Amino acid sequence: MNLSRKWLNEFVRVDVPDREFAEAMTLSGSKVEGTTDLGAEISNVVVGRILSMEKHPNSDHMWVCQVDVGAEEPVQIVTGAWNIHEGDLVPVAKDNSYLPGGVHITRGNLRGIKSKGMLCSLRELNLDERDFPYGVITAAALLNDYHPIDPDKPSIPADVQPGHKIYGPVVAASVEGVKSAGNGRWTCVLTYNHKDGPTGAIVTTLCQNLHAGDMVAFNTSTAAICTLADLHAEQREFPHCIPDGIFVLQEDGIAPGDDIKPVINADDRVVEFEITPNRPDCLSVIGLAREAAATFGKPLRLHEPVVRGGAEGSLAELLDVETPDADLVPRYTARMVRNVKIGPSPKWMRERLRAMGVRPISNIVDITNYVMLEYGQPMHAFDYRYVNGGKIIVRRAAEGEELTTLDGKVHTLTHDHLVIADEGRAVGLAGIMGGLNSEIVADTADVVFESACFDGTCIRKGALALGMRTEASAKFEKGLDPLNTLPAVNRACELVEMLGAGEVVDGVIDILNNVPQPTVLKLEPDKINALLGTDVSRDEMVRILEKLDFTVDGDQVTVPSWRGDVRRMADLAEEVARFHGYNNIPVTLMRGQTTQGGYSPAQKLENKLGELCRTCGYDEIITYSFISPTAYDRIGWSKDCAMRNSFKILNPLGEDTSIMRTTTLPSMLEILARNWSYRNRNVKLYELGRIYLPGGENGLANESKVLTLGAYGEDMDFFAFKGAIEAVLKGIRAVDVRFETASSDTWGDSVAPYHPGRVAAVFSGSDCLGFIGQIHPNVAKNYGVDGELYCAELSFDELALAQGPDAEYVSLPKYPSVDRDIAVVCDEAVTVGRLEETIKKGAKGLLKHVELFDIYRGPGIAPGKKSVAFSLTLRADDRSLTGEEADQDVKSILEALEKDCGAVLR
Amino acid sequence: MREQLAKIRAAALSAFEGAQSKVDLDALRVQYLGKKGELTAVLKQMGRLSAEERPAMGQLANEVRAALESALDTASKKLEEAALEHKLKAEAVDVTIPGKAPAIGHRHPMYIALDEMKEIFIGMGFTVLDGPEIELGELNFDRLNAEPGHPSRDWSDTFYFDEDERVMLRSQTSPMQVRAMDSMPLPIRIIAPGRVYRKDEVDATHSPMFHQVEGMVIDKGVTMADLKGTLNAVIKKMYGENTQTRFRPHHFPFTEPSCEVDVQCHKCGGAGCPTCKGEGWIELLGAGMIHPHVLEMAGIDPEVYSGWAFGFGLERTAMRRFKIDDLRLIFENDVRFLEQF
Repeated sequence: MNLSRKWLNEFVRVDVPDREFAEAMTLSGSKVEGTTDLGAEISNVVVGRILSMEKHPNSDHMWVCQVDVGAEEPVQIVTGAWNIHEGDLVPVAKDNSYLPGGVHITRGNLRGIKSKGMLCSLRELNLDERDFPYGVITAAALLNDYHPIDPDKPSIPADVQPGHKIYGPVVAASVEGVKSAGNGRWTCVLTYNHKDGPTGAIVTTLCQNLHAGDMVAFNTSTAAICTLADLHAEQREFPHCIPDGIFVLQEDGIAPGDDIKPVINADDRVVEFEITPNRPDCLSVIGLAREAAATFGKPLRLHEPVVRGGAEGSLAELLDVETPDADLVPRYTARMVRNVKIGPSPKWMRERLRAMGVRPISNIVDITNYVMLEYGQPMHAFDYRYVNGGKIIVRRAAEGEELTTLDGKVHTLTHDHLVIADEGRAVGLAGIMGGLNSEIVADTADVVFESACFDGTCIRKGALALGMRTEASAKFEKGLDPLNTLPAVNRACELVEMLGAGEVVDGVIDILNNVPQPTVLKLEPDKINALLGTDVSRDEMVRILEKLDFTVDGDQVTVPSWRGDVRRMADLAEEVARFHGYNNIPVTLMRGQTTQGGYSPAQKLENKLGELCRTCGYDEIITYSFISPTAYDRIGWSKDCAMRNSFKILNPLGEDTSIMRTTTLPSMLEILARNWSYRNRNVKLYELGRIYLPGGENGLANESKVLTLGAYGEDMDFFAFKGAIEAVLKGIRAVDVRFETASSDTWGDSVAPYHPGRVAAVFSGSDCLGFIGQIHPNVAKNYGVDGELYCAELSFDELALAQGPDAEYVSLPKYPSVDRDIAVVCDEAVTVGRLEETIKKGAKGLLKHVELFDIYRGPGIAPGKKSVAFSLTLRADDRSLTGEEADQDVKSILEALEKDCGAVLR
Repeated sequence: MREQLAKIRAAALSAFEGAQSKVDLDALRVQYLGKKGELTAVLKQMGRLSAEERPAMGQLANEVRAALESALDTASKKLEEAALEHKLKAEAVDVTIPGKAPAIGHRHPMYIALDEMKEIFIGMGFTVLDGPEIELGELNFDRLNAEPGHPSRDWSDTFYFDEDERVMLRSQTSPMQVRAMDSMPLPIRIIAPGRVYRKDEVDATHSPMFHQVEGMVIDKGVTMADLKGTLNAVIKKMYGENTQTRFRPHHFPFTEPSCEVDVQCHKCGGAGCPTCKGEGWIELLGAGMIHPHVLEMAGIDPEVYSGWAFGFGLERTAMRRFKIDDLRLIFENDVRFLEQF
């Protein structure tokens, strides 16, 4: 919501600087987003009077002007514009002045002539003809500016003389003199040769580019000076006869030297407010004025509209209104204006509209916008002649009913839309936009002003369905005050009379379907203070509430009709707090029963896992929970994979973020691939993220967490990656950890994303924690990576179960150990894991540690076989071990290896 | 003999001192103190002395031996020290050559900020709650005073899983307030960080998924002054003791009175600059006293209990904490970004 501070001052006089105003309003609850000084970009621009004009000696189109800018000496300014005359008042950007857009004007030399500034056009002041309708420039076609398109075939001869025929009744004529006729018109003396000798004419014209000595095309039959359009000429044929030029001021009470800013309303400041949805009353100048008055302790001066009325005819006979869908139309108020004279609205109204960001259009339309800004009540004006049968019906649209709105768009409506209709057809979309078929146009004679209160939800849904949220619908959807419709329509009629834009018909059509009773609350100062932690006196509370137009009678508080947001004690407490000042509420610490804060065991495990991953060199990532459905294809899951069953967002931002992931792998792969594409060389990542599996309580998801690791790089291979997983598992003291070859026969799609020969299922006891492996080259390729990617997915719930108990001290060995190295030869198919298991099984209680130290294939070892070497540590807890005892155990181990694995000592 | 001893002593001491190596020194030891050494040779002449002379001469000879042995020892130590010094000199390294650091992984900056916040609240007796992201519309909206028709329920703003708007992606962490009220005994002090989802296109300040931290206290006699005190304490811990805060009125459906809390701009100290859009203050979080109707819906009597709640955006907090200027970096996960923290 924008607010002109000049307009605000009509209702409450607040003269503090902008920053102070913004701060105070923000702290009382009307958040200021920023303040725009409309004249911030303009400086050193004044009103000037053109004293004299001479043709530039070195140019065929420039003028050298002497301009009175209120100083002792006139200043000389060169201009290329042709629409000015001696005596004109114009905006002058003096030497070292600034114009909108950061344009800096300084003195200069134009073809050898000194120029100490610039005369300004409307556009150079960031204005246009809508702001100053009299600033429209009409250009005559000056024959002395004629440039034929084809020099060999000119339409007008180069030596054309006054009296030469151009075509039909149009002859060349010489301008002898020009004089202002007021109101933007000029009286022009022309001479030309007639067949009977020299003759002349005195014509009044709108063309502003005429000066003594010019030659024009004069239509002797209409006594008019021809424009380019009259001659059907192209602009390039008359390059300097353009509908543009200097903004010639027609304002009263201005004099050379005056600052231009007040003249063009650039001395106003516009404050932008963020109005919260509970305060639609503040979407108006009056609403904000009420807040400002309370904030600054200044009186609020409201105005009661007065309508003279008296136009011919009876409203009851002219207009009838029906509201069959009464629940959607709490109130419908309308008045009529006859003998309307459509024209521009006055300067003060245009300025206010413009300051608030609304483009002036015509008096009647401007009045509706003005009242909407002032009262916060959307208004609509429509042309009575298109209301067939003189009857307005506010009804739900028929399914498929069509309506073209004012913006020219055709809409197909549904039963959920509310329309303003006559007996036969819709003429407007209620609360959103009027219909093109009843638009106010130049020849509109009779106007209906509608000031209604529609159901907020209905308007919001209707606007949303059509994708056309308008200023009006944005107001209605928040729920407006039904008591505001009548003052608003009266204000509109008052303005019509004030502007002389028409005659108001006596009487008002006012249908009240649902105007609620005022809310009455009990004033409970103790409870308010108890909630706020304050010690505000009852008197101050009453003072605050009364400033806001609440009525206090004893302990009864009557809430004003526009404050639908105030419903109970807490709401009154907020009003008190706002104006007592939030920053005057004391600062106390929590009291009462203390509570024990802390992390749950699961949260502690999360923290622990993260720490371990980081210790292993893995960086933490955060990825989106939603993925593309094609992600499941990219990771190689079969089409009928049950894990594809995902929560689907019905209104996703896009296909790429449309389903809730049931696996974290695509997210990790995407991030690995992104880093790969950035040429980051060694990348190690982890995320503790959720997956969203259907089948949770209450139709919700089962949101399980997964610890996902991913890596690639020069120092990365299966075993480096596995080492990190082992370290993490060891760090949480996971018990009985095993890695098993994971074939797709057993694990199906779970291992489909992985290299079939380089993937393991991770076990703790009999529970599978997840998978670890190299990503299948095809899957990596799907993500644009032609290198080895490694990933692991470990279920957080399983990790929590696998977590071992806290450490318990085991006494340090008192006796020395004996080391024995063995190397056995076995089939390739026998895994190291199996050999280790067998060694542990075969030992007779002395084996404390077994460690792989070499695998050898090559000369000396038969093809299809491998030699695997282990280092064994044997020790007894109660004595020094003898070599013989150790050898006994090793022998037993070797026997077991041979028996169970077919592995023989090398 | 006396002269002989004195001569040996002088010669030996000078020779020991001049020895250049352990080998030289060993040779000198043999030369003077060995079985066939010079001192031994002199001592062998003791027999020729008279009985009166013998004890005095013997004593002198022993003194000389002791002096030689001591000098030998000193010389030996000196040589050892010199040798060590030489060795150490040879072992000198260029300490400016980079070390071989083990790679340590990095916590995501947003979670660093979250961890700091959690620690502060845990210290104040808060429990950290975790809850579902796929949530019931009832808990995300109805139970928080956002009735059907409330703009935040629009399909243009919120992600839904069914046409009835029953199941949705939570648009705020506030349903955790309701979950806590429904499941925990009073008094309650919780924070609930987590992911939330809104239908915003990705840009430098928006993301369809982001994080909030919800906080709530319910007890008898809880006041807005308590809310101010607690949040002030937390903000000072997060942003420094000298941080200035400002509470200003705002509106949320589930709190009344509601407020937003600003901190004084760190760049300009409140004077107004581009960072704070000239206001001198930067918005930090939203808070308020829990709406009595929200308490009533949870079966808590607002005449007996009151409470306050707050919520703030974690991304923004982390971005301010680490001066990150583009939200997309948070979810891009470029290791060159991650490894800065």
